[in-house]
Amino acid sequence: MLDRLQELHDEAMKKVAEAEDLNDLKEVRVAYLGKKGPITEVMKGMGKLSAEERPKVGQKANEVRESVKSYIEEKEKAFEEAAMLEKLKKESIDVTLPGRPVSKGSRHPLTSVVETIEDVFIGMGFNVAEGPEVETDYYNFESLNLPKHHPARDMQDTFFITSDLLLRTQTSPVQTRTMEKHEGQGPVKIVCPGKVYRRDEDDATHSHQFMQIEGLVVDEGIRMSDLKGIFATFVKQYFGEERDIRLRPSFFPFTEPSAELDISCAMCGGKGCRTCKQTGWIEVLGAGMVHPNVLKMGGFDPDQYSGFAFGMGVERFAMLKYGIDDIRHFYTNDKRFLNQFTRV
Amino acid sequence: MLVSYKWLKEYVNLDDLTPADVAEKLTRSGVEVDAVHSLSEGITNLVVGKVMTCEKHPQADKLNLCQVDVGESDPVQIVCGASNVGEGQFVAVARVGARLPGGMKIKRAKLRGEVSEGMICSLQELGFEGKVVPKKYSEGIFNFPQEMIAGEDAMAPLGLDDTVLELDLTPNRSDCLSMIGVAYEVAAILGREVNVPEPAIVASKEKASDHISVKVEASGDNPYYGANVIKGLQISESPLWLQTALMAAGVRPVNNVVDITNYVLLEYGQPLHAFDLDRFGSEEVVVRRAADGEKIVTLDDTERTLSGDHLVITNGNDPVALAGVMGGATSEVENGSVNILLEAAYFSPASVRKASRDLGLRSDSSVRFEKGVDPNSVAEAGARAASLIQQLSGGEILEGPVEFDELNKNKKEVTITLNKINSVLGTHMTAEEVSQIFDQLQFGIDEKDGEFSVTVPTRRQDISIEADLVEEAARLYGYDNIPVTLPNTPSTPGGLTAEQLKKRKARRFLEGAGMLEAVNYSLTTAEKEAYFKEESKSRVKVALPMSEERSALRTTLIPHLLDDLSYNKNRNIYNVSLYEMGTVFHTEEETVTVQPEEKTFLAGALMGLWQEHSWQGEKKPADFFVLKGIVEGLLKELNITGEIRFVQSETRGLHPGRTASLYIDGTEAGVLGQLHPATAKEWSLPETYVFELDLSTLMSFPAEAVRYEPIPRYPGMDRDIALVVEEDIKAEELEKVIVAHGGSLLSSVSVFDLYQGENLEPGKKSLAFSLRYQNREKTLTEEEVTEVHTKVLQALEEKLGAKLRA
Repeated sequence: MLDRLQELHDEAMKKVAEAEDLNDLKEVRVAYLGKKGPITEVMKGMGKLSAEERPKVGQKANEVRESVKSYIEEKEKAFEEAAMLEKLKKESIDVTLPGRPVSKGSRHPLTSVVETIEDVFIGMGFNVAEGPEVETDYYNFESLNLPKHHPARDMQDTFFITSDLLLRTQTSPVQTRTMEKHEGQGPVKIVCPGKVYRRDEDDATHSHQFMQIEGLVVDEGIRMSDLKGIFATFVKQYFGEERDIRLRPSFFPFTEPSAELDISCAMCGGKGCRTCKQTGWIEVLGAGMVHPNVLKMGGFDPDQYSGFAFGMGVERFAMLKYGIDDIRHFYTNDKRFLNQFTRV
Repeated sequence: MLVSYKWLKEYVNLDDLTPADVAEKLTRSGVEVDAVHSLSEGITNLVVGKVMTCEKHPQADKLNLCQVDVGESDPVQIVCGASNVGEGQFVAVARVGARLPGGMKIKRAKLRGEVSEGMICSLQELGFEGKVVPKKYSEGIFNFPQEMIAGEDAMAPLGLDDTVLELDLTPNRSDCLSMIGVAYEVAAILGREVNVPEPAIVASKEKASDHISVKVEASGDNPYYGANVIKGLQISESPLWLQTALMAAGVRPVNNVVDITNYVLLEYGQPLHAFDLDRFGSEEVVVRRAADGEKIVTLDDTERTLSGDHLVITNGNDPVALAGVMGGATSEVENGSVNILLEAAYFSPASVRKASRDLGLRSDSSVRFEKGVDPNSVAEAGARAASLIQQLSGGEILEGPVEFDELNKNKKEVTITLNKINSVLGTHMTAEEVSQIFDQLQFGIDEKDGEFSVTVPTRRQDISIEADLVEEAARLYGYDNIPVTLPNTPSTPGGLTAEQLKKRKARRFLEGAGMLEAVNYSLTTAEKEAYFKEESKSRVKVALPMSEERSALRTTLIPHLLDDLSYNKNRNIYNVSLYEMGTVFHTEEETVTVQPEEKTFLAGALMGLWQEHSWQGEKKPADFFVLKGIVEGLLKELNITGEIRFVQSETRGLHPGRTASLYIDGTEAGVLGQLHPATAKEWSLPETYVFELDLSTLMSFPAEAVRYEPIPRYPGMDRDIALVVEEDIKAEELEKVIVAHGGSLLSSVSVFDLYQGENLEPGKKSLAFSLRYQNREKTLTEEEVTEVHTKVLQALEEKLGAKLRA
């Protein structure tokens, strides 16, 4: 019987070796290891054996079964792997084809500049204040120390609606409106972004509509040196650590002393180039200590309170930051323009 | 203001400085120098030549052959095309090898066979602008009005050895509209002296008052009028120094008298006017308001119609000058004038400003009066001009002037403390430093224990309060010397308001959805808006629009977004989705008297494909449901409490069958739909979808607080149903019935299919819903669900005739 088992083993092993696919293996398994298979048959005849032979034959039968079984499993595994490889090969794609774009919109560069500046100032304890775009003469001019017939009104050409109503020429009226709400109590710390309007013919550097951000700080003991400090902080955060600032005396009716703020030129690092007209500096905003008349009209006592105010052109900031050469681009809404700011 | 550096040096010693140094110092202390022009730039080898002979070129009618003495042993031959060249003239010669502005290089040349060794120059060729070149020389070459030495360098006599500083003055610094004013400023910055020449008048015994009287009927606007009379003068071309000084300052020389009035205007900032006394028409000057409709022909030969707001100088009857703005043509100083009346007056800024504005006439004179001239320089400037006229035209000054004088010439006194200066600036200046600054400015100072009493010269009209002195101290101390500090006041929490945050959220959502943010102009036309809004209410209109295109404030954001789509389409960009958040303006008034209501609207416009992946063949055009999905998503993002409903509506400009109005708790808050094909055609647009939401109203609904809801621990059960209903039954109606009868077990319901067409009776449609049942407390049983679900189906059939599709 041992010989018979060995014979069956060799036969089965040969068939496994010859098997070409999983089906063949299944057949071999059923044929040799199944309940009706020859090994089982041999085992059934074990009862006739002597007590000595029985364990030997039993052991041999188990060895044969195990050997065939493990060989079948090994081959099954090989066939499965080959099948998987085949399948994966068929599923292969061209990974260099373009992906399906995730549609992403964009923030308008003006909005982007406004929000960035707002966030820098919010970080320094400012709030954001807003006001109407149609203003009264009082808020737009008179409360800002620009009485009727003041020569400085020449600096701004105004869209009037009636003799008293106008499209605001600056965001500064929000200063007075905010001060009034505070009823003479400091501190006031605001930035006011918004659209403003002036009678300019639209060209590469002029627009009848543009955006400003105005800022105002009013409290006891506010100094011009604080204006410098706040700006140094702002400029470094917005334009980069390596930017320097300088103030130049200037004139605005609503501040005194007044200043223009320059930042060192990013293009040449202050050495002088075309962008900065060889000066090494770029003018970015106007500022100054709030004029006592403006404080008074806003309901603050200029003997007790002082403050500083500043105003900057959003388009100018965007143009400097992104290298945009024509202000009209901001208002034509060309997809090829807007799409460039999806990464902002 | 153009400042000749050479001229400036007559008042202040600047020997150790360059024009660029002075420009930088001026700019850094408040008087911005826009540009520094060296007049000699680009010019070499320019000499004085004397034209010895001048003959016609044998081969060319329009050319002249000149033998020119250039200081060498032999004259050189120069071919000259100017018609005004002539024998005996002293001219400016650019010699062979010379360079002229604009990069021109002079070479030896042959013109029609004749050798030309150099060029006789016109003033324009030497870099002078045409508008400042005297008329006499404007069509040809320049020749020196005086005897010169041939061969001498011509740069200095022509004033080309000068540099001009171009000042960009702020409105408060009208004192720097004069050379003397600039000299004071420069001297203050440098801490130097100013030397102003004293006018030297040698008056005759004859009295001016024998020839003229002065009567002022509007003393408020004309508190000072001084009339000098100069007799027996001779009008001629001004000497070269005067002409070159004027040209450097951008003024065209005319004749000696006019040039002197202009020179003194530039020197003192005090406008003057010379009348021809013999053509004045009377012996009295009467200053009065014009009669309404009264006319005057001004020096520019334009007839002007005046009103009672305008001040005129008259001869008792007719106006002879528009006070402070421009003289009249009838009494203009001409070549033959012999006797003149020289006016030096103070006209109030408001009156000159009004006249200048009303008549659209600005002059060097009006610009200065508008800003306020120095009351203490009026008479002095008059004397200075009279003395120069006497020197240069040989006239005789009669004893005078005849004056009307009610002018306040008092200096202002302003007090300030050292502590105030330092506390405003954050500086640590000493009393000595501050005293020195005021002293340099030539302000009078009286200091006691840190309190300054400052007497301000009247040339500085801009200084009248404490803050003005703080500024003076700051700018002379130097803004760079102010320390850098941060406010030492208590810190404040900064942040955005709830509304500002919502606006940012809305923007983020729309960006995420793939829309590009647009920014458009607020000014538009009523016509454009009429496609969407009825013209029943009056609009907010600009009083004097620059163009019809920008004449009214927008009440809707849609038309400009359509303009944007159109702009892109015309550039072959067909798939565009834009949104804009902006202000719209509403008024209920026929004629606006109060500020209109301003609301923030949020609008969008979609054209072409919404999503596309070309090589996989995916093309999803924008449609109503894309639009609605955006709006729904946005409402979710804003987390608005209240019942949201989309109601089919008819809205002007939109497709009547594909438009919905948005209601929150019954309040209309926006509209969305397809652009009416007729409207789309007006903009040449394809199928386009738009929405416009009243963001101000949307934001007024309270946001729902976000609360965690436990995740169900037991499985739910889904039931899908396809319902056959009449075509006009809306999905919303079916959903309402399902929700009403689904009870507490129904946790969600959603549409998953719509079918119309074959296999259905005509007029019917099939809508399929997916219902999810869920019990939070325990596992649902089949029986429980079936019980509720049956009720739902019964209700659907009873209420809306909905049958399950077989």
